[in-house]
Amino acid sequence: MIECNNIKKVYINGEMKTEALKGISFTIKDGEFVAIMGPSGSGKSTLMHILGALDTPTHGTYFLDDEDVSKLSDDELADIRGRKIGFVFQSFNLLSRSTVMRNVILPLVYKGTSPEDREKQASEALISVGLEKSRWQHLSNQLSGGQVQRVAIARALVNNPTLIMADEPTGNLDSKTGEIVLGTFQHLHEKEGRTIVLITHELDVAEHADRIIHIKDGEILSDKKNLHKRHADYVHPTTL
Amino acid sequence: MTIKDLLHETSTALLGNKVRSGLTILGIIIGIGSVITMLGVGQGATNSIQASIQSIGSNLLLVTPGAQRTPGSTVSGGFGSSLTLKKTDADAIAAQVSTAQAVAPDITTRQQVTASGTNTNTSVIGTVPSYLNVRNLAVGEGSFFDDIQAQSLARVAVLGPTTRDNLFGVNGDSIGKTIRIKGVLFTVIGVTAPKGGSGFNNTDDRVYIPISVAGQYLVGDNHVSTISIQVDNTSDIQATQNQVTALLLQLHNISDPTAADFTILNQADILATASSVTTTLTYLLASIAGISLLVGGIGIMNMMLTTVTERTREIGLRKAIGAKKKDIRLQFLVESVMLTFVGGLLGVLLGIGLAYAISFTGLVQAQISIFSIVLSFGVSAAIGIIFGYYPAARASNLNPIQALRYE
Ligand SMILES: Nc1ncnc2c1ncn2[C@@H]1O[C@H](COP(=O)(O)OP(=O)(O)O)[C@@H](O)[C@H]1O
Ligand SMILES: [Mg+2]
Repeated sequence: MIECNNIKKVYINGEMKTEALKGISFTIKDGEFVAIMGPSGSGKSTLMHILGALDTPTHGTYFLDDEDVSKLSDDELADIRGRKIGFVFQSFNLLSRSTVMRNVILPLVYKGTSPEDREKQASEALISVGLEKSRWQHLSNQLSGGQVQRVAIARALVNNPTLIMADEPTGNLDSKTGEIVLGTFQHLHEKEGRTIVLITHELDVAEHADRIIHIKDGEILSDKKNLHKRHADYVHPTTL
Repeated sequence: MTIKDLLHETSTALLGNKVRSGLTILGIIIGIGSVITMLGVGQGATNSIQASIQSIGSNLLLVTPGAQRTPGSTVSGGFGSSLTLKKTDADAIAAQVSTAQAVAPDITTRQQVTASGTNTNTSVIGTVPSYLNVRNLAVGEGSFFDDIQAQSLARVAVLGPTTRDNLFGVNGDSIGKTIRIKGVLFTVIGVTAPKGGSGFNNTDDRVYIPISVAGQYLVGDNHVSTISIQVDNTSDIQATQNQVTALLLQLHNISDPTAADFTILNQADILATASSVTTTLTYLLASIAGISLLVGGIGIMNMMLTTVTERTREIGLRKAIGAKKKDIRLQFLVESVMLTFVGGLLGVLLGIGLAYAISFTGLVQAQISIFSIVLSFGVSAAIGIIFGYYPAARASNLNPIQALRYE
């Protein structure tokens, strides 16, 4: 459960002040699949950093599972991220010299999960995203772009987070591989009830979600149910 | 994060850039290696100098002519520059100082010594039989001259083994043969047992002749070069030194002790002076080697700072998935400590290897102490922590958003 009240973010660089967010309010309930859409420079990444506990707002409050995240210290934010958030970024998502398995395990290492439980949870996450078992011990720089993003999604859900945040996850992929990634999100949402926030500047990507929040110049233009839901042209392997 | 996790992340990072890690380690290897070698060589030199001083004899007092020299000029003075000691001084000491167990005056000069067709330049020591005891010498072949021969101008000689080898061939037959020193013929009656030593201090390259002959034929008077006194007991050394000083002052009619025309050295003083010189030298060598260790440490810092910049996105990613400041700091600190630790280990092996190689050349018998190994490990770990701390702190303070934005 996410609750934002009148969130503002001002960047100050010397004399220059940029108001990247100008008062954003919304709530996202558990189990929702929401897309945040807007053109470049509209404040999407800034909003994601605040929702993902990477940064705090200049003004306003942000509750994550009824906990006020807007005024925490760096290490407290790190703790929240480790327990409640899973990130998928556009690029450079994995540690290239570590294996797939190690990448997925890493959040559990920082969280302090016992070594016996880690492997089990990581395997479940990798099965959820449909990555073949034969790849699990590969180094991540031996994977294709679509596989990298699916490993990143597995890493994002391995600690069973409240929220999975994806910032332009298909931005570096061709449309066919992009479908695989979007199909994976849809599968996790429909079959496992995961809460997902997808950030994009493309309407046809946003239309894979159930609800679209449209922002421009740091303000919400519209926030409504997606009436033209697309289903990814990709059949998720349920068993491996 | 367990220690195993920490080592896993660290070794993955270091092995990911083997060439760079290797070159950085090389700086530490050379630094630690040279410190170990220098300490080993220095210790070896100290040992050999101490052994050669002790081999002169034990509980020894040496009286030399000439005023007390300032410490700096001790080496350069040389014998024979003053003619203030006489054989009668030695006789008086033997007669009146009860703790002087044995007293041996000598007249030492450097002479050209010839046998049939061969010749050598060596120290010729004119002395008395008690010299054998006082200086810890033993006769290997034949015999030493006795007291009667020593007083009676008997033209007999005892050779050191090296001199014998030089004149009569290695282990050549010399007893009964004749040698010539400054035109005077001597019959060889004995050879001393080998004692070792090398260079200027080779106690095997000597010719011993009766003191009376040396006085009459070689120098033409009865001034002696040294009076060696063996004290019966270590605890009596100081008292004996005082008694000998008082006696000689009285014999030479000198009332002011600071105007003494002779010098008494005791072996403990010589040993202490030599030890302090070699110890200073050892630490000097080690500090020069330590500078290369410092340069190696700066190399580590340089590499770690480059690494932190290059891996900015990785650091951002780790923070995004829950790494706290201390997790990042620890990882980078362990990376630098691991570099210096491996470098230290290889450096110790290199140092021991070099020390052995140097010992093998026979110049000096290097001695590696556990202390220097422990010291090197401690220093290399400390270097890892000191030079790794700043880069690690920098990494841990990176803002995750800036780090993820960084291309
Ligand atoms: N660290 C920053 N310092 C100053 N201005 C920034 C910073 N980050 C973002 N901005 C500005 O805030 C606005 C929103 O940026 P951003 O959130 O990255 O938008 P989007 O992700 O939608 O492209 C832009 O005008 C951008 O220039
Ligand atoms: Mg953006």
